[in-house]
Amino acid sequence: MANEIAKGPAAPGVAKVDPILVADGVRREFGGLVAVDVEHLEIPRGKITALIGPNGAGKTTLFNLLTGFDKPNTGKWTFQGRDLAGVPAFKVARIGMVRTFQLTKALSLLTVLDNMRLGAKHQPGESLLRALVRPLWRKREAEITVAAEELLKRFKLDAKSDDFAASLSGGQRKLLEMARALMSKPVLVMLDEPMAGVNPALTQSLLEHIKGLKDDGTTVLFVEHDMHMVRHISDWVIVMAEGRIVAEGPPNEVMKNPAVIDAYLGAHHDSDLGADKIAKEAN
Amino acid sequence: MDLIVALQSSFGELITAGTAAFVLCAIGLAIHFGFTGLLNFGQAAFAAVGAYGYAIAALDFKAPLVLSVLFGLLCAVIFAVLLGIPTLRLRADYLAIVTIAAAQVFKFVATSSAITDPSGNVITGGAEGLSEFGGTFYSLNPVPAGEYQVFGNSLTQDQIWVDIVGWLLVVVCALLTYFLTRSPWGRALKGIREDEDAVRSLGKNVYLYKMQALILGGCMAALGGMVFVINSQTVQPTVWGTNFTFTIWTVLLLGGATTVLGPIAGGVVFFTLFAFIQKVLEGLVAIHWMGSLTIPQVGQIRLILVGLALMLLVIFRPQGLFGNKKETLFNG
Repeated sequence: MANEIAKGPAAPGVAKVDPILVADGVRREFGGLVAVDVEHLEIPRGKITALIGPNGAGKTTLFNLLTGFDKPNTGKWTFQGRDLAGVPAFKVARIGMVRTFQLTKALSLLTVLDNMRLGAKHQPGESLLRALVRPLWRKREAEITVAAEELLKRFKLDAKSDDFAASLSGGQRKLLEMARALMSKPVLVMLDEPMAGVNPALTQSLLEHIKGLKDDGTTVLFVEHDMHMVRHISDWVIVMAEGRIVAEGPPNEVMKNPAVIDAYLGAHHDSDLGADKIAKEAN
Repeated sequence: MDLIVALQSSFGELITAGTAAFVLCAIGLAIHFGFTGLLNFGQAAFAAVGAYGYAIAALDFKAPLVLSVLFGLLCAVIFAVLLGIPTLRLRADYLAIVTIAAAQVFKFVATSSAITDPSGNVITGGAEGLSEFGGTFYSLNPVPAGEYQVFGNSLTQDQIWVDIVGWLLVVVCALLTYFLTRSPWGRALKGIREDEDAVRSLGKNVYLYKMQALILGGCMAALGGMVFVINSQTVQPTVWGTNFTFTIWTVLLLGGATTVLGPIAGGVVFFTLFAFIQKVLEGLVAIHWMGSLTIPQVGQIRLILVGLALMLLVIFRPQGLFGNKKETLFNG
């Protein structure tokens, strides 16, 4: 089936019409175990791409490699045409590729608002010498605070903004981490299991937030086990197993792929066990 | 035994330069541990490096006061960079191990007589240490000569002078820390304390922040070391042991590690109590209540009490006297 995302028929490593991230030969070994072995991967710009696969498939390791938190044994990748291999994590984030973590990393003993402010870019007061001269950073701080409060409102955390992040529930921390990542207005946001531990009511609003990101022109790549979420919001699905990309394509096609069903979904993935019905009603 | 006299003379510790020296080191440690989460167990070495740097510049290069102080600070910066380069990319515990070891190594190097100048003098003074380097400092003394009575203790004009300068430095360092920790720079430090990978993922150069914090806190300790040796008018290698480091830790934890006023209050309370307990113990020896113990022996009891106090503090009041109970590093 032809579509506006891929150049050819959906297959692992297929070239995209407008890729934002292109990886080649990325391989990471832990001792004898090959955790990631991706021959070719392109992430489409301005779309929501889901990365799925069984536990241990290498999804999080691939995230770590692409964002500079881990170094591959071999491999090259470019982001918006810029070579990223060997670039440290903080620089990757600065050029617009921001990630969240599977195990939420809220900064517990900072307030929710300070967590948000830390996510912002271009705060001159973050340099040691300029920090001492308040007029140099006060204006930018006010702008950052306005942006932070706006995002907190969107994520329904505004009532919590002066509390320590430690006082948030697990689901709220997930929201905070995602909101914090958005403070820098990233070009590509990479969410590692954004729905894990979030209650169903909140899931709905999170889905809306992620769709909203796409409408703002942000590219989203996320790892998720929740198939409803994958089906409802993603434009493209990449399936990993044992470190390799085994399938790629639009969600409905990929989920019918027998290899994917065998490796990951299981035979009964499509029958209604109750939850699907609820999700449909909510939509 | 007169408790009032004992108490009064103990209050003399409130204002001594010796207390100011430890408070300076503790403010530096607050930046390391309280705000950035760096486990530095070698703060004594930063103080020692500053003190030796100052003394060597004053003695060997006949440098004026300002240059001697700057040289001491430069030595502390170099020391911090040397410790930081290999350890700050690793987990926090590595810095802890390396700082403990580096403090010992520095002590041995200072004690050894291997490093000599061209005319054969040991630069660090070896086991005897260095003395008579305070001339450029005391020659600037504006305090009129005479005896001054403070809390029943008699002080010379030179002691008054070093006390004033020591506490002025405390005020400067505390204000610096106050403004820095309330700036976006300080926010990044606190973020690193909580989770450095998260801060990295937000595009901050964590390694640079940690290095800056290590250097800044180390320089404050170096100033503390200089005040300490100018006050005692001698640099001895044996002073800068783990005792010195853990006294700083006690002062910091007593006051509150994540506060600016904490190290000051902690230092004042600690040294007043320390002196008071000594006076009380001496009084008890005088009236034969301590069995066969002599005065030097009961002095050791104080150190046991310090250890006990440190344990009780961390267990029952981890936030210290001034800290916010919620914002402590021990609550898991």
